[in-house]
Amino acid sequence: MSTLTDPPKEQFRLSMLLYDTRYRSGTIQVIAMFGFMLLAAWLINNTLSNLAALGKPIDFGFFSEPASYDINQRLLEYTSRDTHLRAALMGLLNTLVVAVLGCITATVLGVIIGVLRLSSNWLVARLMTIYVEMFRNVPVLLWIVFVMAILIETLPAPSAFRGESPEATMSLMDSVAVTNRGVYIPEPLFSRSLGDIHLLGQSSLRFDVSLDLIAILVVLGLSLWAAHRVTLRANRIQEATGDRPKTWHVRTAIIVGPMLVLLIALGFHLGYPALKGFNFQGGTHLRNSLIALWLALSLYTAAFIAEIVRAGIMAISKGQTEAASALGLRSNRIMRLVILPQALRVIIPPLISNYLNLTKNSSLAIAVGYMDITGTLGGITMNQTGRELECVLLLMLVYLAISLSISAVMNWYNEAVKLKER
Amino acid sequence: MKKSVILGAMTFAGLAAGAASAGTLDDVKARGKLNCGVTTGLVGFAAPNANGEWEGFDVAVCRAVAAAVLGDSNAVEFVPTTGKTRFTALASGEIDMLARNTTWTFSRDVDLKFEFVGVNYYDGQGFMVPKELGVSSAKELDGATVCIQTGTTTELNLADFFRSNNISYEPVPIETNAEAQQQYLAGACDVYTTDASGLAATRATFDDPAGHVILPEIISKEPLGPLVRHGDHEWGDVVRWSLNALVAAEELGITSANLSEMAAGTENPEINRLLGTEGTLGEMLGLSADWAKNAIAAQGNYGEIFAKNIGEDTPVGLARGLNAQWTEGGLLYAPPFR
Ligand SMILES: N[C@@H](CCC(=O)N[C@@H](CS)C(=O)NCC(=O)O)C(=O)O
Repeated sequence: MSTLTDPPKEQFRLSMLLYDTRYRSGTIQVIAMFGFMLLAAWLINNTLSNLAALGKPIDFGFFSEPASYDINQRLLEYTSRDTHLRAALMGLLNTLVVAVLGCITATVLGVIIGVLRLSSNWLVARLMTIYVEMFRNVPVLLWIVFVMAILIETLPAPSAFRGESPEATMSLMDSVAVTNRGVYIPEPLFSRSLGDIHLLGQSSLRFDVSLDLIAILVVLGLSLWAAHRVTLRANRIQEATGDRPKTWHVRTAIIVGPMLVLLIALGFHLGYPALKGFNFQGGTHLRNSLIALWLALSLYTAAFIAEIVRAGIMAISKGQTEAASALGLRSNRIMRLVILPQALRVIIPPLISNYLNLTKNSSLAIAVGYMDITGTLGGITMNQTGRELECVLLLMLVYLAISLSISAVMNWYNEAVKLKER
Repeated sequence: MKKSVILGAMTFAGLAAGAASAGTLDDVKARGKLNCGVTTGLVGFAAPNANGEWEGFDVAVCRAVAAAVLGDSNAVEFVPTTGKTRFTALASGEIDMLARNTTWTFSRDVDLKFEFVGVNYYDGQGFMVPKELGVSSAKELDGATVCIQTGTTTELNLADFFRSNNISYEPVPIETNAEAQQQYLAGACDVYTTDASGLAATRATFDDPAGHVILPEIISKEPLGPLVRHGDHEWGDVVRWSLNALVAAEELGITSANLSEMAAGTENPEINRLLGTEGTLGEMLGLSADWAKNAIAAQGNYGEIFAKNIGEDTPVGLARGLNAQWTEGGLLYAPPFR
């Protein structure tokens, strides 16, 4: 009986690494990898030895030294005696504030403009086209500087509010002051405040949590939960009897009542800004650097989001609308129940990258003197300590971390709305 | 992604540090041009004139060095720098020297690794306010909004001043003098603070200079001077002694009017050594014998440069004060040329 013999095992030869297509790509990758590592090693070595020659080895010790500079917009308590680390933290919070405000405003504006651009009203659609083209095609830095210049040059200085017959007066029943140093709005105050709890002791990362805020959130959460229970009960009754009891007044009472009691117990009142000395005192001060940056970033990014929204809506075939109306749905329900859920799938991935762009563009803050992380850690701290490499590396890590967090959240949301295939 | 970004930064730092270690004097000679960092525009100190030529008190130092090294006071490339970019520009080798109202401090000298070669203007930090505010002392500025250039010593002094006097203020950080001027004039800040000389220079460009006062308090010492990278001592010597030559020339009575006459030889051996008719000072610096003569010929001696750019007969209108020669009760004191 003859057996089939295997084809003779080919002896492995070194030249096969190059000439045998089975191995070639592997060889190339190994060589490329090797070259890359060599380059990286050379760069790191070169950097370290040059820094050593310059007498500036990498050292993060400056972080615990006093920063010695003041920051105007600080969300936590900070003085010039605090450390560079705390100054960087103030900057980080300012970056997050403008990024969050910007993303929200840009999304709202973008959706409205995107939908209006599809409007059957010729004038409205054209106006929206002009808006989109205008903002998309001019660098955002120019918009930031432009908005700032308008705020500074056209609004009245606080001194214009002074005197017997002032040139400028406060708006909204004397509660809001619009000046060229920013907008002063009323602030919530509690005359019987529960106080704060101080966390992390004396460290650079210490922060206070307001017990008033916690109380408000807890009460709000409980009332919402109770209101939800009422709804569930109504559902059960409806299923059992076919009759749905009216619940809206109960639910309103459940949500509003306890909150009112709590606010009165805490002595809630508004603090109004008033002109005192050189500036308005009291109230919340929205600096014009924040407003300029926020507005310019939102208007600019809204133009891109509008296009994404328009593309998303147009990607849904017309048959969907027609089928839905054949089922008897009205047009706003068609939009809400049929078109938007499908359009969201198209909209979200490019929306993520616009959020990331907005956040990264916020580093242009220094153009208007907004003290974000680039202005503190990557600006004054870097300048005063001369630790360029350390500051820039950290700055990149911070932006990377922010961007990855935004991506993670948005990807999770995308996962939630994407087409479920069963 | 993360890796490549970090590597990018390191390439940059690596290249930067690499450039910094070369012999600057030879570089400048080979290039035939001096790269000199100046302000982005501060009339009287450094600003382009109507023909686009840079002129001013700091610019004159750059021109004197270029004349000493290259024999041509126009062989200068002026690089405008902000308070924030100036040190990176110098450390990275983009500029050979910096002459930009820069205060000599310990940490800049020792920690930031620069070398201040002298002082060309003894200054201090002041405050400017519109007259109509009726403020007569800086201590009355509680609650005021203050425009301040970031990346400066003045930013730190400001924080200390208000802290130690227990009064509050709202800082408005600004990148350049021009932006500060815009915000100040629009009333977006009540006060502008920087070196008193800078305030005088800024005020001189206002439509209504008389409507603004500089408050009497001077809250700091700001010795302003040119600087180079630490470690390149030959180059540091060239810049240091070019500046000294301008100061010594005033003391010795050498002016642009009598320069060529004196360069023919005088009875005073120090003048002769300075102007290169005696001794080999130029050779010791690695320059030609007439280096100091060229430096002085560029824009005149220190006193002439002062009078022409920021002196009492100019709109800036600064008195010599501390910046008079030691023989006149000032602090200017060039070491002997011997
Ligand atoms: N002497 C201080 C301040 C220097 C400074 O920034 N001066 C201002 C005004 S005197 C200036 O030169 N500005 C010109 C510009 O913005 O380019 C320092 O060295 O930090």
